[in-house]
Amino acid sequence: MNSVIGDAMLVAKKDLMIEFRTRSAFLSVVVFALLGIVIFYFAWDSTAVAASDLAPGVLWVIFTFSGLLGLHRSFGVEHAEGAIDGLLASPVSREAIFLGKAGANLVFVLAVQAIAIPAVSLFYNLPLGGVALPLTGIAVLAAIGLVAVGTLFSAMAANTRLSELLLPMLSLPFFVPIVIPAAQATAKLLSGRPVVDALAWLKLLLAFDLVFVFACMLAYPFTLEE
Amino acid sequence: MKPTPLTIAAGVGVVVTYIRAIFFTPTEAVQGPAQKIFYVHAPAAWVAFLAFGLVGLASVLYLWLREERLDRIAESSAEVGLMFTTVVLITGPLWGKPIWGTYWTWDARLTLTLFLWFIFVAYIVLRGAIDEREMRARYCAVLGILGALLVPFIHLSVYLFRTLHPKPILMKPDAPSLPTEMLTTVLLAFAAFTLLYVALLRVRYRYAVDRDALLAESHHA
Repeated sequence: MNSVIGDAMLVAKKDLMIEFRTRSAFLSVVVFALLGIVIFYFAWDSTAVAASDLAPGVLWVIFTFSGLLGLHRSFGVEHAEGAIDGLLASPVSREAIFLGKAGANLVFVLAVQAIAIPAVSLFYNLPLGGVALPLTGIAVLAAIGLVAVGTLFSAMAANTRLSELLLPMLSLPFFVPIVIPAAQATAKLLSGRPVVDALAWLKLLLAFDLVFVFACMLAYPFTLEE
Repeated sequence: MKPTPLTIAAGVGVVVTYIRAIFFTPTEAVQGPAQKIFYVHAPAAWVAFLAFGLVGLASVLYLWLREERLDRIAESSAEVGLMFTTVVLITGPLWGKPIWGTYWTWDARLTLTLFLWFIFVAYIVLRGAIDEREMRARYCAVLGILGALLVPFIHLSVYLFRTLHPKPILMKPDAPSLPTEMLTTVLLAFAAFTLLYVALLRVRYRYAVDRDALLAESHHA
């Protein structure tokens, strides 16, 4: 088990280093998220809908869409010049490759969140001081589930003819049990309710994470050439 | 395609069910004739979930046994299931408009069925996007299994949201709460739809067998 975690860290480190040196995906996804936040503001009548009612939905829709953009890159980058073959030939278990890829994606998605959440707070004029900690908890729980499913589907979609179209088509139904609880829990927190009120939603997120991290890790080897 | 005894039996079953439902089953007192759509809607919903369950089961067995037949069963069941899910999504709103006053509402079961439809569509699109047989079967099996795992989560999350759908009438702990004539018609409709599902599944399966045989032949030539 130790070696699986160690190998996964190596794979994640490699992916993050590629991303850190080019920064191409990260910058475009952050700009996409900021644009989304701004456009959503104008899509509603701000005199009719309070910003605090709008913010949870905007936050989680932007979160899923920008996550999808980042996830697409995860295996896309391996297919250029057949890098995936080198990765598969290395003495690293398939589960470790999956965990490493998912780990790198998790860091990526959380880094986007770290910019998007304060941006929503700024543009929608919502002070987050009191709820920052529980909100971070929701973001982490939601990101884990999103990344687990998204990484697996990214691996599958990269091998098909319709990869850019197929990834959102496969992933979005799976993001429903993430977006609903995350948005509901965020709305509860923003309306000043205690964390206990959002507990049922948080449990649902946690259950989703547990089931799908394991299911996707076990399913991943089946998506590779044998 | 020549009609087989099974397809004929299914066709006759459906016709008999609707003659009985329309002419020989009492009209519901409150809802009037609108309630008759229940004899299409409920059995179609049952078949949709049955078809989805079979896709999940065939997918698990495929990854285990690597038997081509199982992949064809999953493929066929997904396509027939999509058709029945579409019937559910069309008949539901037609009944909802006069009874609820709205075609669509974000009720737990409606939302779940809608997502079931989306997953079926994604599954069929995924099939079309991969040329290599063996890889297509593996990928679709993975999606079939994850889809089956997803359904309870969608159900739970939208159920916590709210529900407006009529409470279960048939599948509940105590005796079904509807008159005997109606119950007989409902059970007949369930039987006829299940038979129709099996018949269509078999036709679609035969098609998959012929298509694969034809492909194999053209590869040899």
